[in-house]
Amino acid sequence: MARYVLLRLGLAVAVLWAAYTVSFVVLYLLPGDPVAAMASGGMEGAPVGAEELAALRAQYGFDDPFLVQYGTRLWSALHGDLGASVQSGQAVTAAIAQALPSTVQLAASALVLSVLIGGGLALVATYTSVGWVRQFLLALPPVAVSLPTFWVGLVLVQWFSFTFGLFPAMGDQGWRSVVLPAVTLAVPIGALIAQVLATCLQDALREPYVVTARAKGIGRIAIHARHALRNASLPVLTVLGLVIGNLIAGSVVVETVFSRSGVGRLTVSSVSFQDLPVVQGVVVLGATVFVLTNLLVDLVLPLADPRVAVGRSYS
Amino acid sequence: MNHTTRPTFRAGAARHRASRHTLLAPGALGATLLLAACAPGGATETDGEGGDGAAASALPASAPEEVTPGGALRFAVGSDQGCVDPQQVGSNDTIYSIRHLVDSLTDQDPETGEIVPWLAESWEVNDDASAYTFHLQEGATFSDGTPVDAEAVKTNLDRATDIGARGALIKGYLDGYAGTTVEDDRTFTVEFDRPNAQFLQATSTHTLGLLSPESAAQSDDERCASVVGSGPFTLENYEPNSSITLAKREGYDWGSSLWQHTGEAYLDTLEFSVVPESGVRSGSLQSGQVDVIGNIAPQDEEPLKAADAQLLARANPGIPFGLYVNHDNEVLSDPAVTEAIALAINREEIVETVYTTYNVPATSVLASTTPLYADQSEHLRFDPVAAEAALTEAGYAKGEDGVYAKDGQRASFDILWFNNAATNAPTLELIQQQLASVGIEVTLTEGQVADWAATVAEGNFDANWGNITRADADILRGSFHTGLANSYRLEPSDLDDVLEAQAGAADPAERAELAARAQAQIVTERHVVPVVELTTVLGVGPTVQGVAFDAGSRVQLYDAWIER
Repeated sequence: MARYVLLRLGLAVAVLWAAYTVSFVVLYLLPGDPVAAMASGGMEGAPVGAEELAALRAQYGFDDPFLVQYGTRLWSALHGDLGASVQSGQAVTAAIAQALPSTVQLAASALVLSVLIGGGLALVATYTSVGWVRQFLLALPPVAVSLPTFWVGLVLVQWFSFTFGLFPAMGDQGWRSVVLPAVTLAVPIGALIAQVLATCLQDALREPYVVTARAKGIGRIAIHARHALRNASLPVLTVLGLVIGNLIAGSVVVETVFSRSGVGRLTVSSVSFQDLPVVQGVVVLGATVFVLTNLLVDLVLPLADPRVAVGRSYS
Repeated sequence: MNHTTRPTFRAGAARHRASRHTLLAPGALGATLLLAACAPGGATETDGEGGDGAAASALPASAPEEVTPGGALRFAVGSDQGCVDPQQVGSNDTIYSIRHLVDSLTDQDPETGEIVPWLAESWEVNDDASAYTFHLQEGATFSDGTPVDAEAVKTNLDRATDIGARGALIKGYLDGYAGTTVEDDRTFTVEFDRPNAQFLQATSTHTLGLLSPESAAQSDDERCASVVGSGPFTLENYEPNSSITLAKREGYDWGSSLWQHTGEAYLDTLEFSVVPESGVRSGSLQSGQVDVIGNIAPQDEEPLKAADAQLLARANPGIPFGLYVNHDNEVLSDPAVTEAIALAINREEIVETVYTTYNVPATSVLASTTPLYADQSEHLRFDPVAAEAALTEAGYAKGEDGVYAKDGQRASFDILWFNNAATNAPTLELIQQQLASVGIEVTLTEGQVADWAATVAEGNFDANWGNITRADADILRGSFHTGLANSYRLEPSDLDDVLEAQAGAADPAERAELAARAQAQIVTERHVVPVVELTTVLGVGPTVQGVAFDAGSRVQLYDAWIER
């Protein structure tokens, strides 16, 4: 077990390093640089001369050779220093720390909502014996997955904020401002969960152990909730990694539509400003979350399913 | 100087406060929002009560009746520059808020362009505009308690010259800065090693707004997070990408001579939130969740008017949107080609098709709200026949593909543009069609806003679509004087002399004449083909009064109040 965990941790570090390096290379190869971005400002004012730009690049170290820049920045990153934003001068770690709570709040609410709605939908759809209800419910997830998040957000804002005034259209103060963004973000994720769970439940209900249970006189609800659901939820746990990725990607759109500050907005503004240190920081953050989620899923899976034995394939 | 003129750009009185809910038919609005992108102007023509907002911006000011002070004004802007230091910020959305943190030495009358007292009661300029002596008014203090004295101004100006890359604007204003001599607490002289006639106007901008000496001494980055000024509001909270909150400065009593009242500002707090989606901004104003919004899209105009919002508009001073010609380009270095381009662009059609009803076609290389603007519309007419004639006369002949060519060189060029305004793409597509119809081929290349400075500095373009906001004619020198950055690769000519003479002319009449000559020369020599003036349009809720534009078409909220 210990060896397994160590190995997974080692892999996690390798993935982080790869993410850092690939993003650095890609960003380095892009035309333009942060100094030009600073001098561009809001595109106000007369153009700056080429010599002046060169002098500024030298001042900020953006004219150093690729390997020197990579080496220095990686070395600092290993010491927990991801540099400073060229846009605001704020330390990247501080900028991310400032943006993170709001995104975590949004993502956690969306995750809870999508598990409740998606899971509930799958349970009801597979439990009901009314044919058309089942067909209707099972048709919902594919529709929901294909709705653009941006559009869903705008429609929700239009109705529940502008027309009925139930929730604020912007900002991140209080629980009321989380509702609409969380619902928007939960739509595609809940649909994904519903789709996977419904399929697995249907498969599980066809298994021989269900027939046995039924023969023993166990009620339908108990079979559904205790026996079938437990087995069917394993694949859902495995797609959690994918879901976390969706949450991060979705926050970019949702935070823009609902004017929330957060990691998504930080990403948008730093990408458009070519704020390389911040973009790098966000990439590292995303990779970390991804790696941790998958590690967690791998460690939790044996608890949910005794058939999965940790470390066997490695020993 | 006698200052009797007061600013006239004020919100009109809201005569009618309709219940918001009755105005929001859910289906209709939902449809408007969703269809807006594909069908601008598709909304019904309901030029109701809100329509007077436009006219209001030109109405003469009357003393505000029954002002109800207090309360918070909620203002939604589209973006955040990531910095709250007035001396480093250049983006309008951020200037709207941070302008209120600092006072300037002078102010500029948006009507006349005249420079009038603010922190400085009076000033003298020497004959060649290289030395300025200011006399400060008494009693002004920064919000940390230190006095606004000559020493504090000197600290600010000395510090400005070593600001980093974000300070391109302020360094331009202080071009040739030789130092500041403090004579006594309230008197100081700013000296330049060459004539710098634009400096006086520069002292009225937010960029040269004064920070407390302690604040000024901080690093560029520290100042981006928080600054201390002497303005009518102080910075209470700044959350990057989210909000800027300002609180009224208690005891403030040293406002600009242009403002309507004296003493403290009427509003208790100003809450600026960053709302990137234009549809959400306009919906929030219509549903009363915010009081003022910036950056109105053309498709939001009708719904906002229908919801009783006041629309305030003012053309931005400076260089209008247009095509800057790179003279290194072989095709565009032929005067016949640039002449044909200028004649083939139908500015009226562009404004009608793409812009709000408040925009106007460009009539010079300076926008009509710029001081020393001189009308050049005779040189900026639409005449496609003359355009083709210019090409034919210069020996061009139409090829089989319908594009003119001469000695194997086709009349074809690329326009580099940046998405810093939503109207840029449709405008350029229309220009592309208009030029194609006279046999000139255009391709469009979109650059990244963040790359603008580098791309232009390196000259990697044929023509460049852009504009510059600045309420002083000297902005022409920055772009067209061959001794400076010369990004457009002009040949040295007598235009340099005119621009330089203008920069050193302390006599206003002489400077006006030189500026007019420069404009005529730049327009007729087609160094830039001006197309349309950038217009700032603000949406203001029906109960908000006293919102004013300053000379740079940025908002001034000192006199603003909310009806109750």
